[in-house]
Amino acid sequence: MADYTASDFRKGLRVEIDGVPYLISEFNFVKPGKGAAIYTCRLKSLIDGGTFVRAFRSNDVLKKPDLEERTMRYSHNETDHYIFMDENYEQFTLTAEVLGNNRFFLYDDCEVRVLYHNGRAVDVTLPTFIEKEILDTEPGARGNTATNVLKPAKINGGFEIQVPLFVNQGDTIKIDTRTGEYADRVLKK
Amino acid sequence: MASPSPYHEKGRLQSLQPALIFRSRILSAIRKWFEKSGFTEVETPVRLPAPALELHIDAEPAGAGFLRTSPELHMKRLLAAGYDKIYQMGPCFRKGEWGHLHHPEYTMLEWYRANADYLDILHDTESLVTQVSHSAGSRPLPTPPWPRFTVEELYLQHAGWNPVASYSAERFEHDLVTLIEPALPRDTPVFVMDYPAAAAALSRRKPGHEAVAERFELYINGVEITNAFSELTNPDEQRLRFEHCAQERKAMGAPTYPLDEAFLAALELGMPPSGGIAMGIDRLVMVLLGATSLDEVIAFRERIERSITPRGGSSGIDAI
Repeated sequence: MADYTASDFRKGLRVEIDGVPYLISEFNFVKPGKGAAIYTCRLKSLIDGGTFVRAFRSNDVLKKPDLEERTMRYSHNETDHYIFMDENYEQFTLTAEVLGNNRFFLYDDCEVRVLYHNGRAVDVTLPTFIEKEILDTEPGARGNTATNVLKPAKINGGFEIQVPLFVNQGDTIKIDTRTGEYADRVLKK
Repeated sequence: MASPSPYHEKGRLQSLQPALIFRSRILSAIRKWFEKSGFTEVETPVRLPAPALELHIDAEPAGAGFLRTSPELHMKRLLAAGYDKIYQMGPCFRKGEWGHLHHPEYTMLEWYRANADYLDILHDTESLVTQVSHSAGSRPLPTPPWPRFTVEELYLQHAGWNPVASYSAERFEHDLVTLIEPALPRDTPVFVMDYPAAAAALSRRKPGHEAVAERFELYINGVEITNAFSELTNPDEQRLRFEHCAQERKAMGAPTYPLDEAFLAALELGMPPSGGIAMGIDRLVMVLLGATSLDEVIAFRERIERSITPRGGSSGIDAI
């Protein structure tokens, strides 16, 4: 596997440190005084999203991670195992652990992008906005359109999400899968 | 890289217009200050047979020579010939330098005073920057004198060691970026003075205190704007430093350049004690505007990537 030297670094490059794949989310080239180039990078873990900043010198080397991205569609689940299929009807299984809260946002035929590191699934990206029906919530005050007061509501799987007071049981809402938060109410046609 | 849409490009240039007008006022105010102060504007070659040797600066090849990384050596030849107050403002080129504070083609101002030292240049700097920021209408700077910190006191206070007593280039540069520059005051321009002799570059050692070199840098808002010296005028020491630098570059695998023998010959004949300075004009405009990236003060930052097919050779890619 080829490596990267610091002079190859740029925003958006994926690198590996101590076996963890990272994305360079911010990149800066600085040359202090009459000194050697220093490359400061913010590194974002592709596994847990945590970030940190590190300064590199031009002869520092980082590994190129073995990463592969596959697009597939959700089929069904068998308890904690979630079954997906790619366009060739090849079947893939992802665990609840890898999916995290995203498992509550899946729907039939939902298209996801799965990132594999060394052949192991490490991250799953869903469509940014998905729609879910509210299965249970306290009735809200009629006519209350305030969006800054929230109450808990349940979607399938018992996942709890904070919604504005005017959202009722049976309503469909839009969820931002990047944050797992309520985004909008979908009005019935 | 995909080209941006022509509409996006037009909008970008339109939004830059106030910054570029501000930039034009600064260039004009700089020339006025030098005229008022009795300096001669000079023009020296942009394409050189031998760039000034620096450990960490690479020159862009151009024909049989190189694009200048600084006009320093030619300006010193003028000093050696008896010119006593000279300045020049124009493009310089440094290969591969690209970042929010670096652009491979940038505008450099250099000025030199014969029979002077770095403290005379420091006073010039305070006067020039104050006058220029006032004329351009930027937020007023504090009235000089501006604070001066020695390298020794800054490192002892913020990094816990003394690079003047025992120097490590790697540690010095790393701590400069991560500990010293972030700790510099933001409410006033400051001078960082008296570098370890090992980081003297082309400055002379301080008479009576040989462990430090008479070199200063001006920082505004934590950004390095200038580098100034009491110039090294001893031809033997200059040749030794160039040769040492050439050896280190070779050991690092960096491109090697010929020595500028015409410059060394001029030093042999004698150059008066002089003070000189280089100021990054793009950065000056940036900090006076309150901007944080050169993107906000340079109209066109386009990467040049070309495919070249040398005569009779295979094709190669050259990029900056």
